[in-house]
Amino acid sequence: MTEALLALWDGAFGSSYAIWSATLVRSAPLLLLGLGVALAFRAGVLNIGAEGQFLMGAISATAIAQSMGGTVPSIVMIPVMALVGALAGASWAGIAAWLRQRFGVLEVISTIMLNFIALASISWMVRGPLQEPTRIYPQSAEIPGPAQWPFLIPGQRLHLGFVIGLLACGIAWVVLTRTAIGFRIRAVGASPSAATSAGGIAVAGTVLRVFLVSGACAGLAGAAEVGGVTWALYEGISPGYGYTAIAVALLARLHPGWIIVSAIFFGALEAGASAMQRDAGIPSVVVQVIVALVILGVLAGSQRRVIAGAATLGAEGRR
Amino acid sequence: MSTEPVGVDPRDQEALALEGITVRFGSVTALEGAHCTIRRGTVHAILGENGAGKSTLMRAAFGWLTPDAGTIRVHGAPVRFQSSADAIAQGIGMVHQHFMLIPAMTVTENIALGGQGRFDASTTAARIAEVARKTGLPVDPTARVRDLAISAQQRVEIIKALVREAQILILDEPTAVLTPDQATELLRWVRSFADAGGTVALITHKLREAFTVADYITVLRQGRTVVSAARLALSESHVIEALTGTGTGTGVTPASVEASTVGPTIRIADLATERRMVDHIADAPVLRLDGVSYVDARGVTRLRAVDLAIHPGEILGVIGVEGSGPRELLRILAGRLAPTSGRVTRPDAVGFVPEDRLHDAVIPTFSLTENLALAEGGHARGWMDWSRWWGVTRDLLATADVRAVGPDIPMATLSGGNQQRFVMARERRRATAALIVENPTRGLDLNASARILADLRTFGGNPRPAVVFHSTDLDEVLSVATRVVVCFDGHVAEVQSPLDPNDRTPYTRAMTGSDGAGDVISAERR
Repeated sequence: MTEALLALWDGAFGSSYAIWSATLVRSAPLLLLGLGVALAFRAGVLNIGAEGQFLMGAISATAIAQSMGGTVPSIVMIPVMALVGALAGASWAGIAAWLRQRFGVLEVISTIMLNFIALASISWMVRGPLQEPTRIYPQSAEIPGPAQWPFLIPGQRLHLGFVIGLLACGIAWVVLTRTAIGFRIRAVGASPSAATSAGGIAVAGTVLRVFLVSGACAGLAGAAEVGGVTWALYEGISPGYGYTAIAVALLARLHPGWIIVSAIFFGALEAGASAMQRDAGIPSVVVQVIVALVILGVLAGSQRRVIAGAATLGAEGRR
Repeated sequence: MSTEPVGVDPRDQEALALEGITVRFGSVTALEGAHCTIRRGTVHAILGENGAGKSTLMRAAFGWLTPDAGTIRVHGAPVRFQSSADAIAQGIGMVHQHFMLIPAMTVTENIALGGQGRFDASTTAARIAEVARKTGLPVDPTARVRDLAISAQQRVEIIKALVREAQILILDEPTAVLTPDQATELLRWVRSFADAGGTVALITHKLREAFTVADYITVLRQGRTVVSAARLALSESHVIEALTGTGTGTGVTPASVEASTVGPTIRIADLATERRMVDHIADAPVLRLDGVSYVDARGVTRLRAVDLAIHPGEILGVIGVEGSGPRELLRILAGRLAPTSGRVTRPDAVGFVPEDRLHDAVIPTFSLTENLALAEGGHARGWMDWSRWWGVTRDLLATADVRAVGPDIPMATLSGGNQQRFVMARERRRATAALIVENPTRGLDLNASARILADLRTFGGNPRPAVVFHSTDLDEVLSVATRVVVCFDGHVAEVQSPLDPNDRTPYTRAMTGSDGAGDVISAERR
């Protein structure tokens, strides 16, 4: 048991490689994904579809990188990938947002379903349009050099996506607490009826915009994962980051600042799990059990209110 | 309790007897020794103003609540209901004002709900059809409730009671949700049901209904039975006096009236004087309705071609029973509801204090500062200047005398009275032209209510904003308003102040739609 925990710790924080090339690399997508989920939940949108939005971002970023080829400089290529990934994530979320506002479809259902469609799309992509030239492996060719995002520290795998995640959390924190838009988002999430009646806030419009931004965060995370980590598209590109992101958001109590801490915590668990399996022979599913227990613990605590509030809002928003 | 032989007893005739019923909710006494004997084969109207205890009394009879004191007898035998299931077993059925139906289910399924044993749709449907045919209440057992009109849903509720062998039907404000034609039809049915031997207790606000259909009338006022007699023995004016507690011979001594009106209300005599002093015609109206009608989502017409002009500085009291239009009138004036037809002229600077404070006016988890800023949430741009908002909040707490530790504490930590004062102060801040206030004392205790009413009376500013104020409590309206309009059946008409400032008869008449009100309405509508 001690051996297992030591292996877990070593894998997460035991060496500079563990920190800069394992833990923080796995935290990078969780930052953006967790932030996206938290923003949506803040506005009362139960976006469970971060996984699908992430995958669509990854597909689109790969596609645009491949089609632009190796002659476009990084300074153009990377922003374009990021933008295209974010747009793809936003569009994928937009489908669920449209279904909610047009037909009253619960986004909890629609976003989960869209996750499966995204997963199926990636399977098709890596066997069809985006398959590597030899047509042997179900994955894309490596993206061209200029499309590979720069590492932050020589010799370590930590990439630009992590910084973007930190920046996004910082911006979100400022927006939520200091600006009128952020105030509206919080008001709509806390009480759509009071936001409408006392504040004259357009609830539907606010909800739609937050939903799209939430999807954009997830799509950007997908682009960053392709550009910064995998350099190629394949089916297992996400070990369930989009679902872990819900735990990240809840553990952070939907606070953008705490998302950073929470994302690193879950990133460490992911990194440590691989090490534990390798060094102590403990199946990594044990870590998944820990993750699940953390989520349950958080849910049993204060977040119950947030979820209940969001659920109530969901029901009212559709009335 | 009763050991007397049944048969020779005059109780032989009684279907449902309530004696000395007392119900307390905490420190509030809802019923104080109320009594009422409902005879077999009769329609018995239960009349009373809002909060008089009509529904509470009938809920006790239906086993929804257990009275703190008193006796209930069904067909002469004393009973103690633990739940409404006991009452149903005794042949009592109740149709609530808000229907207890599941919209997604069929009529058959709804009626079978709460039954015993195996559910067989075809047997139940056959039984429903049989009851429907026998009683003359057409209903389609296979229809889904959500597809039915309100009047049809009401028939389903009645049939639900009858299928369970109810001989005594309690109908709570059954006509409130119906069009006049449907109401007439329902009352006609009620009459025929009683003529065929059934028993009906009809809770109503409307005097005319009681006099049209009832054999007996019981009037409740402030939790006590003030009149309970055969309809033929009563005159309308007698009943109005009993309802409002004015005049003599109502069973209410002047002393008890005096005692019951102290508290939040300011002496009505002072107000009527003031009411005449305000010169409404001096300035151009700030708010105007021209031929405004409103049909709600269920297709019920709530307002009919309303013309209304509201002038600066006046406090317009709106009276009217629930469902007769005051709610819609206020929300249209506040811009929270778009009229179906007609023209609304309103400035932007209109504040609104909604009835459901915690749901519609504030966000309980937000700080006081954030709740103040909420008022401008919809059109704020760019950065929020929280330090400025904090200062504004601090000043507002001081000037409006809101008892709070400071601007940073969550709204939920304030008492109801302080929350309401906060909301009123916030809305007044933006309401330079007009302030719309809906039932502001709901859920507040006497002292808090008194302070809110005092605030309403003293709203200042230059120019003074117009205030439109609705309360279900007539005393409150009369204690604050400089002019009173009544909503009845979607019509809005001004009520002339009576010469005797303590005479509330014209107001009650207008609200209950008794003959006098018709005159007022037709005169006012020209």
